[in-house]
Amino acid sequence: MNTGTKDHAQLSDAFNADEARVNWHDETLWFVRAKRDKAAHNIPEWEALRENASQIKDNVLSNLHDYLVAFEANAQANGIKVHWAANGAEHNQIVYSILQEQGVDRIVKSKSMLTEECHLNEYLEEKGIDVVDTDLGERIVQLAKEPPSHIVLPCIHKKKEEIGELFHEHLGTPEGMSDPVFLTAAARVHLREKFITRKAAITGVNFAVAETGEFVVCTNEGNADMGAHLADVHIACMGIEKIVPERSQLSVFLRLLARSATGQPITTYSSHFKKPRPGQAMHIILVDNGRTTQLGRPDFRNSLKCIRCGACMNTCPVYRRSGGHSYHTAIAGPIGSILAPNLDMKQYADLPFASTLCGSCTNVCPVKINIHEQLYKWRQVIVKEGYADPKKTVAMKAMDFTLSNPSVYKTAGKAGRFVLKHLPFVVSNKLNLWYKQRDMPQPPTQSFGEWYQQNELKNIKKHNNDQ
Amino acid sequence: MTSREQILAKVKSSQPDWRPLPPALTNVQNALSNPVEEFRTVLTNIGGAVIEVDSYEAIAAYIQQEFKDKKRIIATIPELSMMPELSGTIETGWENQDPHSYENVDLAIIGAHFGVAENAALWITEALMHQRVIPFICQQLAVVIRKTEIIPTMHEAYARIGNDEYGFGAFIAGPSKTADIEQSLVLGAHGPKSMTVFLLA
Repeated sequence: MNTGTKDHAQLSDAFNADEARVNWHDETLWFVRAKRDKAAHNIPEWEALRENASQIKDNVLSNLHDYLVAFEANAQANGIKVHWAANGAEHNQIVYSILQEQGVDRIVKSKSMLTEECHLNEYLEEKGIDVVDTDLGERIVQLAKEPPSHIVLPCIHKKKEEIGELFHEHLGTPEGMSDPVFLTAAARVHLREKFITRKAAITGVNFAVAETGEFVVCTNEGNADMGAHLADVHIACMGIEKIVPERSQLSVFLRLLARSATGQPITTYSSHFKKPRPGQAMHIILVDNGRTTQLGRPDFRNSLKCIRCGACMNTCPVYRRSGGHSYHTAIAGPIGSILAPNLDMKQYADLPFASTLCGSCTNVCPVKINIHEQLYKWRQVIVKEGYADPKKTVAMKAMDFTLSNPSVYKTAGKAGRFVLKHLPFVVSNKLNLWYKQRDMPQPPTQSFGEWYQQNELKNIKKHNNDQ
Repeated sequence: MTSREQILAKVKSSQPDWRPLPPALTNVQNALSNPVEEFRTVLTNIGGAVIEVDSYEAIAAYIQQEFKDKKRIIATIPELSMMPELSGTIETGWENQDPHSYENVDLAIIGAHFGVAENAALWITEALMHQRVIPFICQQLAVVIRKTEIIPTMHEAYARIGNDEYGFGAFIAGPSKTADIEQSLVLGAHGPKSMTVFLLA
């Protein structure tokens, strides 16, 4: 997403301009989080499942080389053509060359965050390929010329009235019509025509099984299947971390994925693609695009365990109140904020700071990624490498000076209490970022140090005298 | 060096020390005293319908009654497609056409290998679909499964699948759906608008 040079805080400001809308966004996502809780609490062995999934992924990361080689060999034996892409550009070129080879210039695509990460749509459009996103939410943001704001709920930031307007303009629905049932039916007709006429389909991959060479794609709408089973060419795009060792382990991940994402017991469709259907060509593109670098960072490699459920976004107090677009990267929210700095530490230096470090993301993560700890660690790396916001650096230096000098600390505390009490306008103004959307606290009459001197030391002396 | 070699070399040098696979989850606390009942509850909650029947004749009678306005009905279950009572209702000889030609199928009736109680998912491979697109392209989907084939959780499901060979297989749980517009649940996104499961005694 091209947001120029605006950082998370500035982009959040734009989102926060409409307070009623922020509240609605916040409540909608919290509603999804509550559904996740209900689904998780229904499974007595939920914590054991999370631990199991986490350990399976530990094994995957520790043996990824051999699993990738096995997956490739098994997929090839199944009749699937396997490609390797070192980065987004190479991934896009491979897709384009397959389409060129087939003489296809109009395609359908189901949800794939990897293709968002690689900016495939923009690339293909420049080459004159017509790309139709077929997930309803993705189609909506595509018509609005926006990126998805959430990995599972791509248009969660949009009101139904806005979607009604878009459909009126692009699909010819009656003006002012915003009923979700009506709009979904209109989209069904609009997209059926695309499924029937497009000769190539791109899908993402949720899981790829090393042992069997098959891959699993999960959707509720059935759009991945409609695309893939009708097209002459199926191209599946996956990051190299999507591997699971054995087919039987899909049970653990399929039990966790939809429950964590939306609170459903499973997605409507969990499709296992093992071989192309007769006469069809099936391709898999294995993409690195920074993943091997992340694998080599001991503090951050666990982020590669992510199964893209979005639970960390739904629960995040910052995400819910700042919106997905404020993260200016394909994958928003807490997980996106630990993935993005790996790709470009300078461009995404703001994201690890877009968090309260409350740890809720870590608590809901189905594969137990220590997200909030990684956010904290990224902050240290970013400051050390000199990419932190200069305002923060100055503030941190002032803090360091104050905290390491007891007398300065005492004077600063006194001054702070005095100012809050007698001259509140000095801090209660818009130069103080903390004051924005908050009231300054009531100052205590004395510091803890002063209170301790007065009370506790007296008590201790008294106690000692009594002995 | 090709991208393949480059990626694999970098994976090898970056991957952490070997960590063992955890033992498979055993003793999954199975609170499901009655898997069939659980299956029925979950399927109903996710927008599907459960019809209990004691014979294929009962299924035929239900189809003739409830789907009589449907123009194009196909079945992949010989017990139904060969049944004389349904000879005018169910189309025959549809199997080997271009997948696009099924766009106007109103109702597809197919079999499943088994159903999973915890999430009402039915495991269906392409052998039971005849054509992969069938359970997705039809306007309404009906699946026939024996009550004895309902198993508790996904762990038993993959134990059942084992090393089975298939080109394509899917867990299907309920009708196609979306909640992309303001989290309002709408049945019938791209695939079937309804899913009827005949639980055969």
